Amino acid sequence: MFVEAGHFALALALGLSLIQFVVPLWGARANDPVLMSVGRATGLAVFACIAFAFMALTIAYVTSDFSVVNVVENSHSAKPLIYKISGVWGNHEGSMLLWVLILALCGAVVALARNSIPLRLQANTLAIQGAITIAFLLFILLTSNPFTRIVPAPAEGQDLNPLLQDPGLAIHPPLLYIGYVGFSISFAFAIAALIDGRIDAVWARIVRPWTLGAWAFLTLGIAMGSYWAYYELGWGGWWFWDPVENASLMPWLAGTALLHSTVVMEKRDALKVWTILLAILTFSLSLLGTFLVRSGVLTSVHSFAVDPERGTFILVILILFIGGSLALFAWRAPLLKQGGLFAPVSRESALVVNNLFLATACATVLIGTLYPLALEVVTGEKISVGPPFFNFTFLPLIIPLLLLLPLGQTLAWKRGNFLGTAQRLYMVFGISLVVTMAIFAFEHGGPVAAPLGIGLGVYLVLGSFNEIVARSWSRGTPLAVAWHKAANLPRSTWGAVLAHAGVGLTVIGIAATAWGVEGLATVRVGDRIKAGDYEARLERVVPRMEANYRDDVAVFTIFRQGRELGSLESMKRLYVTRGMPTTEAGIMTVGLGQVYVSLGEVAADGSVGVRLYHKPLVLLIWIGSLVMALGGGVSLMDRRLRIGAPVRAKMVPAAAVPAE
Amino acid sequence: MRFVLTLLTALVFAVPAWAVQPDEVLKDPALEKRAREISAGLRCLVCQNQSIDDSDAQLAKDLRLLVRERLVAGDTDRQVEDFLVQRYGEFVLLKPTFSAHNMLLWLAPVLVLVMGGIGAYAALRRRPQVPETLSEEEQKALEALLKQDRSAS
Repeated sequence: MFVEAGHFALALALGLSLIQFVVPLWGARANDPVLMSVGRATGLAVFACIAFAFMALTIAYVTSDFSVVNVVENSHSAKPLIYKISGVWGNHEGSMLLWVLILALCGAVVALARNSIPLRLQANTLAIQGAITIAFLLFILLTSNPFTRIVPAPAEGQDLNPLLQDPGLAIHPPLLYIGYVGFSISFAFAIAALIDGRIDAVWARIVRPWTLGAWAFLTLGIAMGSYWAYYELGWGGWWFWDPVENASLMPWLAGTALLHSTVVMEKRDALKVWTILLAILTFSLSLLGTFLVRSGVLTSVHSFAVDPERGTFILVILILFIGGSLALFAWRAPLLKQGGLFAPVSRESALVVNNLFLATACATVLIGTLYPLALEVVTGEKISVGPPFFNFTFLPLIIPLLLLLPLGQTLAWKRGNFLGTAQRLYMVFGISLVVTMAIFAFEHGGPVAAPLGIGLGVYLVLGSFNEIVARSWSRGTPLAVAWHKAANLPRSTWGAVLAHAGVGLTVIGIAATAWGVEGLATVRVGDRIKAGDYEARLERVVPRMEANYRDDVAVFTIFRQGRELGSLESMKRLYVTRGMPTTEAGIMTVGLGQVYVSLGEVAADGSVGVRLYHKPLVLLIWIGSLVMALGGGVSLMDRRLRIGAPVRAKMVPAAAVPAE
Repeated sequence: MRFVLTLLTALVFAVPAWAVQPDEVLKDPALEKRAREISAGLRCLVCQNQSIDDSDAQLAKDLRLLVRERLVAGDTDRQVEDFLVQRYGEFVLLKPTFSAHNMLLWLAPVLVLVMGGIGAYAALRRRPQVPETLSEEEQKALEALLKQDRSAS
């Protein structure tokens, strides 16, 4: 009776999170440390309950318990074990359960940080976290209960959507959700600061690891989703400006801005009000993303769970939290004192410009995503806003930002010198220019975008590492000393350098897509198809049976300029239970590029429609994202985030300090 | 209701994503290139957020053939698009037109950037600036320190 116990645990978690919301908040107002510390115990208990509920559902999936509606609709006894487990969150109810599980996990980690967070801030933060948990637990229990039983139980399940039967499903949603939900902590801290009317560099230092962690996971989640779409959907695109992709890009853009403004706040005690607003907006966009995906208001390839009643419920949550927090912001923000002066030309100002561009890019994506809806509601006209619009508006906003990036990174805090900074980057400018010209000369007459974009990417990579060189080496320094100095630079410096270099790598990968070539032909066994320097020869087509699907496997030999590189398999797959066909592209990695073969119709006479692509340097798009996330991770290991945080004296309420 | 929805989703996904078929390709490579470019900007009306160039739905195929037919008949790119808009409405264009009801959409990025820029500038102007030079007292103190330093070495 694990299933009922799981259902009960969810209800219990709801009751406990009510306590987590009310008691610590009351304790903070009444200045009672005992009441305030209730938040810690409940935070852990709520997590335990939700983890139990999640485990109960997982057990139902693993044992193929077809008396549970959710399992019937999304599982099959012949499904491989990994998809039985990942199938838990491959559907609406289960994915919401994963959402609150991660939410509760974040709350538990805050609750465990006994000494590094002032008690009052911790109590208020956990209370806000409790409020979010209440809303989403209510949503699950009232509209999306994963534990509903069915009588009589069918003998077999309906199987999981074939597109989701992929290792991508095991990794992509958890990463993405840790990112989305991780921002709830930055949000809760921001609201706690507003309630208290008190915010300072200590606040920034406490919040920064959360923002960094959430950002790194969101980066990985988006990159993973992009790679998944690339190999699964079968036409080799890696970003579609699909509303659901936009829903994850918006919090990422806002989170990136938040990360940078928090640095200013931590180092220079400036941009406080803006940082608080960004923390609120970032999580609001995460909520909006959840709403867009879960309500299915936007038709898109991802909305495999659609229900208007749920949409309304999430909309109410959305209005309550976003409206409430913005109202609180309008009321309390004027109380926050501004500090930290800086000149118009300084690192601070550069970061303000960074925030301006990122916020505008984010607003552009938001408006582009919601405008068709708004227009249809207001005038009844139906329009589409697709990739051409986003490429046309987004790129002009991002390119100036990228051009300014190495300059901003080199500028001094407080007061900088623009010309002096530019001088320090002359080698970087020079090399990137030479690279660009060399590529132009080499490709003679190819697409213009590729050399320019690659030049920009090289400039970003070199510009980032220039900071390491400038800080550890000057003319005459022995190399060993410079090496030692570089190794001892703060981890956060290395983190920033890596993250920015990662952006450069991604830019190079994107620019090189302009060199991609494709070939298209109907071939028989023995025939060749050509794309640029590459050729594929169809060797044979063989059927293959697996537990829950059937493949037509086409084996190709790949040649480059006539020389054999090896062979790959490209498949057409039919999932038996749902009768749904999918394409499994055959991919061969050559250096940083890929040869990509996807199959069309297999005709009765044995001829096959084949698409062959060569995508040079395409892997850099995702390698760059990995390096960005790695930068976030390295920055998290910075000394100042690990130790040296103020330790609270025993039982002296921090609340005795008057609000600023 | 649930059954209908499942069926709908199944139908939408029942298409292996595999777009332009070899037999559709035009003989003239220049014309084919134009056809591909136009197709990438046209929405497959029955799909979810896919261009007809990417989609394998029957309607997308019909539209691809239609685009090629018009091109072979000698239409300009613009005429082909206008023809499709006339038939299917503006919904078919993935890049919205620059007409009055889309003005807000197109101007939004510029408006946000300019207003944000003015806002940031005003907010930074309102606060006291870092003085450009040292005050007389600071200058004196500095000189005294430097003198001390020099005499020490």
